[in-house]
This record gives sequence, C-alpha cells and structure tokens, in this order.
Amino acid sequence: MNWTFFHRMASPKWFYDFSGRLLPWVGMLALGCVVIGLTWGLLFTPPDYLQGNSYRIIFLHVPAASLALTIYSGLAVTAAIGFIWKIKLADMAVSCLAPIGASFCALALITGAIWGKPTWGTWWVWDARLTSVLILQFLYFGLIALREAFDSRETAARACAILAMVGLVNLPIIKFSVEWWNTLHQGATIRVAGESSMAMEMLIPLLTSIAGFYLFTLFVFLLRIRAEILNREQNTAWVRGLLGANF
Amino acid sequence: MTLRGLVRGLGCILRRDLRLAFRNRGDLMNPLVFFFLVASLFPLGVGPSPDVLRIIGGGVVWVSALLANMLALDSLFRSDYEDGALEQLMLSPLPLSLVAVTKVLAHWLVTGLPITLVAPVIAIMFGLPAEALPAIVATLLLGTPMLSLVGAIGAGLTVGLRKGGILLSLLTLPLYIPVLILGTGAIDAAANGFPWSAHLMWQGALLALGITFAPLAIGASLRVSVSG
Repeated sequence: MNWTFFHRMASPKWFYDFSGRLLPWVGMLALGCVVIGLTWGLLFTPPDYLQGNSYRIIFLHVPAASLALTIYSGLAVTAAIGFIWKIKLADMAVSCLAPIGASFCALALITGAIWGKPTWGTWWVWDARLTSVLILQFLYFGLIALREAFDSRETAARACAILAMVGLVNLPIIKFSVEWWNTLHQGATIRVAGESSMAMEMLIPLLTSIAGFYLFTLFVFLLRIRAEILNREQNTAWVRGLLGANF
Repeated sequence: MTLRGLVRGLGCILRRDLRLAFRNRGDLMNPLVFFFLVASLFPLGVGPSPDVLRIIGGGVVWVSALLANMLALDSLFRSDYEDGALEQLMLSPLPLSLVAVTKVLAHWLVTGLPITLVAPVIAIMFGLPAEALPAIVATLLLGTPMLSLVGAIGAGLTVGLRKGGILLSLLTLPLYIPVLILGTGAIDAAANGFPWSAHLMWQGALLALGITFAPLAIGASLRVSVSG
C-alpha cells in the first residue's frame, strides 16, 4: 500500500494549504445545508399530530446529540493515532475537537431539556440516554481540564491521548451499565423516541440539517486547527514566510 | 529477567509499600474515617426516617467507598514521585506496568480492603436487611480493586501536577460509574430478595478487563508524567 498520502497529510504545512483550499467550499455547503434544513424544518414541515410544534427542536437536537458522540470517537481515534505514531498534527486535531464536542454535548442536553418540559412535563428525567450524554459531557470536561493543567504541550498531548483512549474503552461500558441501571430501577419509562417511523416530509429536512451541522463542525474544526497550526508552528520558516507575505 | 527474579522484585515493592503505609498509621486510618464520615452525613442531610435510609443505604455505602477511594488515590504515586523513587522504579528492569499494578495492589490492601470489611457496619446503621450484607461485601471486594485500577490511571496522569486533587476527581469519577451501578444494583437486588449473581459476574468481568488493560495505561501515564 502507498503511504505517502498519509505522511503528507500529517505535515502541518501541507494540511494548512490543503485545508485552506477546502475551507470556503465546506463553509458554503454547511451554510446552505443548515439554512435549508432549519428553514424547512422549522417553518414548512407540518406539525406533529401528537407533540404539535414542540417536536421541531429535533432539527437542532438530533444533529447536536449525534455530533457529540461522533466527535468523541473521532477524537479518541485521532488521539490513538497521534500517540502511537507520534504525529503532531493529530494532537492539534484532538485539542481542537474537544471544545467543539463539549459544546455540541451541552447543546444536546439543553435542547433536550427544553423539549422535555412541554413533552414530558419535566426538564430532566434520569433516563438512560440523558444520563449517558451527561456523563459524556463530564468526559469532555475532563479532557479539556487535563490539557489545561499541563505546561508542556508534548506532555499534555500524550496525557490527553491516554485519557481519550481510556474513555473510548469505557464509553460502551458506561452506556451499557447506564441502560441496565435504568431498566433495573424503574421498569417502563418514557422512551425518548417511540420507534415510530418518521414521515418523509420531516425526515428529509432532518437529514439535511444533520448533514449541515456535520459540515459546520468540519468548517469550525478546520478554522480552529489552522489557527492552532499557525500558533504552534510560529517559529518555522514557512509560517514566518506566510505571515510576512500577508503583512 | 527470570520469573523468579520478577516475583522477588515485585514482592519487594509490595512489602516496601505496605511497610511505608503501616509506618504512617494516621494516613492509614484517614480513608476509613472519611468513609464513615461521608456515610453519616447522609442521614443528617435526608432525615432519619428508617424507610428512606433503607432505600438509599446501598447507594450511600458505594458512593462513600468511591469517594474515599478517590481521595486516597492522590497519594498513590505522589510521595514516590516527589522523592525520586518512582524514577528509580522506572529504571529498574521490572516491567513498569507490573510495578504499577503491584503498587495498586498495596494501595488497595490498605484502603479498599478495610473499607470493604467495615462497610457492613454502615449497612446495619442504615437498616439494610441482613440479606444485603453478603452482597455489599462481595461487590465491594470485586469493585474496589477496579476503582483502584481505573483511578491509578488518573493518578498517574496527574502525579506531576501541583494541584492534581480536583482534576483527578474530574478524570476518574465518570469512569467509576459502571462499577457503582453494578454494585448498588446487586445490593438492591439482594435486599429485595432477588438473585444478584448476574451483577457480580459483570463486576468480575469488568475486573478481569481492568486487570488486563489498566496496568498498560497506568504504565503509560506514569511515563508521561515522569519524562514530560
């Protein structure tokens, strides 16, 4: 197999150039998808026969919840790659992904609570899913706090990578145990989504919105990692050249 | 290194850690006292009604054990890190992960095990039925080593930091949740007359997983802290 592509991708300079060319396209696509998905979902889909208009928060809530999980697994895999092959760029990615993931996790919790009040009559239920997202939020906070605690960037990178990998092994165990805990303590509970199939006119805007938020995440991630690359490589010739040319 | 040399070396570390622990009798008692103290705060907080206490008793025992274990963890590698003994241990031909797991074992023998043995007293004070007592001892016996193993990863990561304490709790407490759920689940089941062997088997499975993988992570985290 040809690994040159992999090696080239790990070079901050190459990644900076490549992401710079990618950035406007990702940004425009993300904006388009989010605007179309949210406008369609919030204004033009019919109200739900049971929940009325309150269900519309799913166009924000579902992408946020999905991203909170996806970003954590992506972050942990990236951290493992960086830890094993000692790739600087991988750690930059990890440090950029953690705050994005934590924000989406918080957004999922908050929108979930706002939806829960009119639908379930309560802001918070100790439901298995809610609880495991809450724990995921704590895992994100732990990662961010650990990185802040170290003075040396290299030490912080390896420490965070270990923690992320331990978290990745633990995440399914936590998820499983929390589900078990809930069924053990209180038998039948309110299901987050009764396995009702979704109507096409709601599903398509939802999928558009999900795609939009994934692209938005990619956009924000690229912005952050480009800033991070410039910050960490500020003493290299290519960054000096780049900034010199712009000034 | 021969197997005999390995066992002898690890035995030395175990004996050394236990001797150090027993020379500081005060430090030895602190986790136990803390365990009792936290547990006795709950009746003061929620009221002395026996019905309420009976329901929350199992959870209180476990949460107190969890907090006592976590507080004791901060000292697991700290003194060795500060006086340079940890570096010497890392330079020794013994595999670091085995050295780490031996230290965790010594630590568990002086914190987790005493907590396990006195936990039934708390349970009786909370009015838990006698059927729950074997479940409490068994789950703590399987659960506290797992807490020590997982917590040691966090302790290894934070040992080089001056204010590691609160950060350590932020890192480890979320990872303790499965052990807590299985432990209190077994106690609840036992108190209500249901079989609780499934919980125990899951705890055993978790402990087996922990013994297999946690030493590697503890070793890696110590390397990060010492060399970084």
